[in-house]
Amino acid sequence: MTTQEASIDEILERYPGSPEYLIFLLQDVQKSYGYISPDSMQLICDRTGVPESQVYSVATFYQSFRLEPQGEHDIKVCLGTACHLKGGQRIMDELKRRLQVEPGETTPDMKFTYTSVNCVGACALAPVVVIDDEYYPSTTVKKLEKQIKALSQD
Amino acid sequence: MFNESTAVNLENRRLTSHAQLNELRDHILASRDPDRLEVVVCHGTGCFANGSPKVVEALKSALDEKGVDAKVMPGIKATGCHGFCSRGPLVIVKPHGYFYQKVAPKDAEEIVEQTLIEGKPVERLLYKDPKTGDPILTEEEIPFYNLQERVVLHNIGKIDPTDITDTIAAGGYQALAKAISTMTPEQVVAEIEKSKLRGRGGAGFPTGRKWRSALAAIEKKGRPVYVVVNGDEGDPGAFMDRTIMEGDPHAVLEGLILGAYALGAEHGYLYVRSEYPLAIRHLEIAMAQARELGLLGENILDSGFSFDARINRGAGAFVCGESTALFTSIEGKPGNPRPKYVRSVEEGLWGRPTVLNNVETWANVPLIIDKGADWYTGVGVSHSTGTKVFSLVGKVNNVGLVEVPMGIPLDKIIEEIGGGVPGGQPFKAVQTGGPSGGCIPYSLKDTPVDFDSLTEVGSMMGSGGMIVMDDRDCVVDVGRYFLRFLEEESCGKCIPCRLGLIRMRGILDDFSAGKGTQQDIEDLMSLSQAIQDGALCALGTSAPNPVLTTLRYFKDEYIAHIEAHKCPAGVCKDLITYTIDPDKCTGCRSCARQCPQGCIRGEKKKPHVIDTEQCIRCGICMETCKFDAVYVE
Repeated sequence: MTTQEASIDEILERYPGSPEYLIFLLQDVQKSYGYISPDSMQLICDRTGVPESQVYSVATFYQSFRLEPQGEHDIKVCLGTACHLKGGQRIMDELKRRLQVEPGETTPDMKFTYTSVNCVGACALAPVVVIDDEYYPSTTVKKLEKQIKALSQD
Repeated sequence: MFNESTAVNLENRRLTSHAQLNELRDHILASRDPDRLEVVVCHGTGCFANGSPKVVEALKSALDEKGVDAKVMPGIKATGCHGFCSRGPLVIVKPHGYFYQKVAPKDAEEIVEQTLIEGKPVERLLYKDPKTGDPILTEEEIPFYNLQERVVLHNIGKIDPTDITDTIAAGGYQALAKAISTMTPEQVVAEIEKSKLRGRGGAGFPTGRKWRSALAAIEKKGRPVYVVVNGDEGDPGAFMDRTIMEGDPHAVLEGLILGAYALGAEHGYLYVRSEYPLAIRHLEIAMAQARELGLLGENILDSGFSFDARINRGAGAFVCGESTALFTSIEGKPGNPRPKYVRSVEEGLWGRPTVLNNVETWANVPLIIDKGADWYTGVGVSHSTGTKVFSLVGKVNNVGLVEVPMGIPLDKIIEEIGGGVPGGQPFKAVQTGGPSGGCIPYSLKDTPVDFDSLTEVGSMMGSGGMIVMDDRDCVVDVGRYFLRFLEEESCGKCIPCRLGLIRMRGILDDFSAGKGTQQDIEDLMSLSQAIQDGALCALGTSAPNPVLTTLRYFKDEYIAHIEAHKCPAGVCKDLITYTIDPDKCTGCRSCARQCPQGCIRGEKKKPHVIDTEQCIRCGICMETCKFDAVYVE
C-alpha cells in the first residue's frame, strides 16, 4: 500500500509552516509512507512549530492515522448500518479467525492489515469490503476467503 | 473521468459579466448536436464497484471493432450517481433515452450493434415493471424515478461533473451571476429567509435565520466572516452528500459563493470526509475550472467581490460533523466540541463569525436564488419546504438515492419508490437520522416525512439515511450497533457521553446474551435521560434515541430477550441455534466442508446434523446451503 511517491522534505515544503497545516502534513506523509514514523513526526513538529505531545494527540485522535508500519494489503470491512444488517460483523469475525490478529493489527508476515470502517457510502453493495482501495460488493465469507488466498500467493 | 464533449476551449475565457456567461452558454449549446448519439455510463460508487469502467472499455473496443462511421460515433460520458444503485451498472443511450440496467462488458457488442447502429433497444437489458413484467424503455417511465421529484439532484447523472461546460450548459452559475449583477447581499439573505430553507444536516435549523444571526455578529465584531461546507457525512447508511459532491460539485460551490456574497466573506472552507476521495477530486477540479472562468477568486465577474475557498480533508472522526469540532479540526487540532454558550455563528472558526451549512443545504441555495423563494415554498409542506434526498438502503428492493418533496408519507417512499421489502412482507421498522435518530415501526408508516413529524415520533430527519429493516433484524442488536458506533466515536471530553454510552451498551450486551432483567430496562431509561441532559454536544445528547425509540415501539422484543431467552429475529448469537432441516438437506456436504468448527456431520447424500455444542454460530452453513435447509431460531 505504500506508494513512496514523495520524499519527506518534498512533503514538508508543500504547506506553509503553521499549525493549521498539521493535519494536511500528517495525511500526506501517511499517504506516501503508509504510516507516520517517529522521525517524520519529529520533522512535522519542527516544520509546524507544534509540540510533539500535541502532534501525537492529533495523530491518535483521528482514526485514519497509523503509527505502525502497515501490511502489504489493506482490508477494510464496512460496518455501516446497511452492511451491519447484511452481515458485516460476521466478515470481521471471520477475518479475525483467519488472520489471527486483532482489527487494526498486521499479520506477522506483514501481508495484511484489516480494520472496520464506518460506512463507505456504498450501501447498495452491502456488505462491502474494500481491499487496497478496490470495492468488493456483496461479500460473503467464501468470496473473501478466495480473495485472501489469491493475495497471499502474490 | 474522461471527457469527450468539450468542443469549447476555455483558455483565457475569463468571464466579466452575466452577459458573457450567457454568451458562453449559448456558444456551448450551439456547438452541441442534440440528436448526437451519446452513451451515458453511470460512474457512481455503486456502479463503479460493479464494473462500469470495464463496461466503458468494452463499449470502446466494440465501437472500434465494428468500425462505426465517424458521423455516428457516439460520445461516451461518465456521470455521477443515477441513484438506482441496486440495478447498476446503468447505461443510458441518448437521444433515444434507452435505460439499460445491470450491464456487463459482454453486453457491449449488442448495444453497439442493435442500439447505436440500428437504433433499436436491447430488450433483455431494459428494466422490467415488477408488477406486469413489461419492459420499460426510458428512465422517466420507471416507477423508482417518476415518483420522485428531482430538484437538487436534477443535474446528477446528466452532466459530466469534471467538465464545467456541461454545468454551464445546464444553467450552472446563473444564480450567482444574477445575484451579483441584480441583487444586493441583503436581498440574497432575505430571499433565503423567505424560502424557509432548513438545514439538511440533521436538526433543520432555518438557514436564513442562521445567516441573519451571522450578519448581526458581524455588526458587533466586524469581519472577517467565514463560510464553511460541512461535507463530513458520517452517518452510517447515508451517502446523499457524497453523491452531490461527486455528481454536481459546482452546485455546492455556487451555493457557497452565493453565501459568501450575502455575508461578505472572503474565505471559505469545504470540510470533506477523507473516505470520499472522488468527491474531493471532483471538488478540486470544479474549483480550478471556476477560478479559470473568473467565477471564483479575485474580482468575481468583475464585480469587485472576491472570494476563494479551500478543501480540508477529514481524518476519520465522526464527531467532526459537529460544528465546533469541525472548526477545531480545520484549525489543525483534535476535533473536540466545545460548549455552545456562545453560538458558532458568532464565534466559530478562528473565533470569528462563521456560517456552516451542510452540502445539500448549500446545493439548494442556487436553486432558490435562480427560481425564487416563491417557487421554492411551493414544493414540500409549509413548515418544511423543498425536497429532501434520502439514501434508501437495507432490506428494500430498490436500494438507492431518492429525492422527494417534504411531507410525503414514509410508506410511499418504501413501498412505491423502494418497491417494498424483498419477499413482499411489510417492513418491520425504518431507521432514520443515523445514530442520532430512531426506529419508526410499520404501524406509523403514514408518518409524513418532514423535520417536525419525524421528531414527534421520536426519530429525526438527520442527514437523510433511511434504513429499512425486516423481521430478520433485531432491535436490541441495532441499538447495540449504534451505541458501539458512538462509543468508539465519542471524543471523550464529557463524562455522560464517554462513560454513559459504555454503560448503556453493556446493558444491551446483557440483553443479547439473555442476561437482561426488568431493572435493566429502567436503568436504560434513566441513563438515557442523564446523557440527554448532561452531554456536551449533539453526538451525546441524541445518542440514546435509537434505544429509546426501540424501547417505545418494540418493548416486547426486549422482554422476549429477558423472559424467554429468545431473539425473535434470530440475530443475537447467544440466543439462537442453527439447525438443518432433514427434509430439505440433500447431504451434498458443502456446508460440512465450509464449517470452520468441523461440527457438521453426516453421511454423503443423507441429512446432516449440526453439533450445537461446538457451533460458533458464524452462519457460514446457512450462507453456503443451496437448498435453504439450514434455519435459525
